[in-house]
Amino acid sequence: MTQLLNTLTETPSQTAGPYVHIGCIPTFAGVTGIYPQDLGLSPIQDGAKGEQITITGSVIDGTGWTLRDAMLESWQPDAAGKFPGHPNADPAVTGFARFAADKDSGEFTLRTVKPGAVPARNGAPQAPHISLWIVARGINIGLQTRIYFQDEDNSQDPLLARIEQRPRVDTLIAKKTGPGQYRFDIRLQGDNETVFLDI
Amino acid sequence: MTDLGPLIPRNRAIHPVPYDPDYKTSVPRSPGLPLLSMESTPSEETGPRFGHSLLGALDNNLILNFTQGAAPAIGERILMHGRVLDENARPVPHTLVEIWQANAGGRYRHIKDNYLAPLDPNFGGCGRTITDENGYYEFLTIRPGAYPWPNRANDWRPMHVHISVFGHSFGQRLITQMYFEGDPLINRCPIAATIKDRSQLDRLVAPLDMSKSRPLDFLAYKFDIVLRGRRQTMFENKLDGM
Ligand SMILES: [Fe+2]
Repeated sequence: MTQLLNTLTETPSQTAGPYVHIGCIPTFAGVTGIYPQDLGLSPIQDGAKGEQITITGSVIDGTGWTLRDAMLESWQPDAAGKFPGHPNADPAVTGFARFAADKDSGEFTLRTVKPGAVPARNGAPQAPHISLWIVARGINIGLQTRIYFQDEDNSQDPLLARIEQRPRVDTLIAKKTGPGQYRFDIRLQGDNETVFLDI
Repeated sequence: MTDLGPLIPRNRAIHPVPYDPDYKTSVPRSPGLPLLSMESTPSEETGPRFGHSLLGALDNNLILNFTQGAAPAIGERILMHGRVLDENARPVPHTLVEIWQANAGGRYRHIKDNYLAPLDPNFGGCGRTITDENGYYEFLTIRPGAYPWPNRANDWRPMHVHISVFGHSFGQRLITQMYFEGDPLINRCPIAATIKDRSQLDRLVAPLDMSKSRPLDFLAYKFDIVLRGRRQTMFENKLDGM
């Protein structure tokens, strides 16, 4: 026998299921009148500093089929790389958004400001990125990934540098499709599978 | 801003397997390649905070919130309560907890749910609250019904409540489900069975808690939730530039 650690173990995950929208974005799901509006409608308010951008994409399964029932959350700092709560953070950036695949097309849209760079714990520069969390029926534990940007210098980013198969880096980089417009598709499995994170 | 260390790495062995042929939808939706493991950064260590001002008076009362108090939902009245803690056994105060569930007949208020059981005109099916300074939360609701779902030919979900918790770090984000003590469908459920360690599945089964049950009013079920903790040692480096 030994002494007891007296630490706890994380509660196991379970799938968010097909009705996650009822709990997290009920107005989107047609359940109205309980909350005034859904949480996380926008990560920015009027007057947010920085470049306004729109990221569209879809979540695609291993057969190539686009999910219609995925829900995503994003978390990011302001244009100067400060997270909400930091004394110098832009008060018009809440940083958090919830958005869902369209029930007909499967497309999602995130309108935000381009985040600034945030250093890693050891001070090493990380390239600007948005953290992403994806849940849906059939996903037993939420998938973490990041959105980087094609028009930024990603060459020194410590996370991207850890990806052994270099062509896979591309799965984390949003492609510029026009001024302030980006495309970011998430492939759950198979060809060009997105790099998911354990972080 | 903080001198906490990085998030404690997730022990994936206690979690469900991503790919499980008995839960058919997981087959095309589970990553086939290993996850990229790395020490957390401020991107995962920070996270959204929500104030108590977000909440309406009935947000954690699913019996009344859909009709805003006009008429109660049908079903067995229950109190679902517990604490949100971290792996260091510290309470997680002031964090948002959201739940959603089927009605007493096992039907969700959702365009995709066409089960035979009727909708309850007085039940919406979602609620939310924010833990107090001790990490404590509670919901008043009705016991959800079991329901059939398209998987194998005759699969039924045990009675369950879906729960979403934020913690204080985006890397703590967790969605899970609470089951009810004594439900024989738990052992037959392919979703519950995605957790391969039975002792871990047991942690999702809420016991009846007569100490919190109110006579002539409701039964209580206790459900504690543990989120990832952060490593703290005297050797931990202070964060640069934060
Ligand atoms: Fe469910």
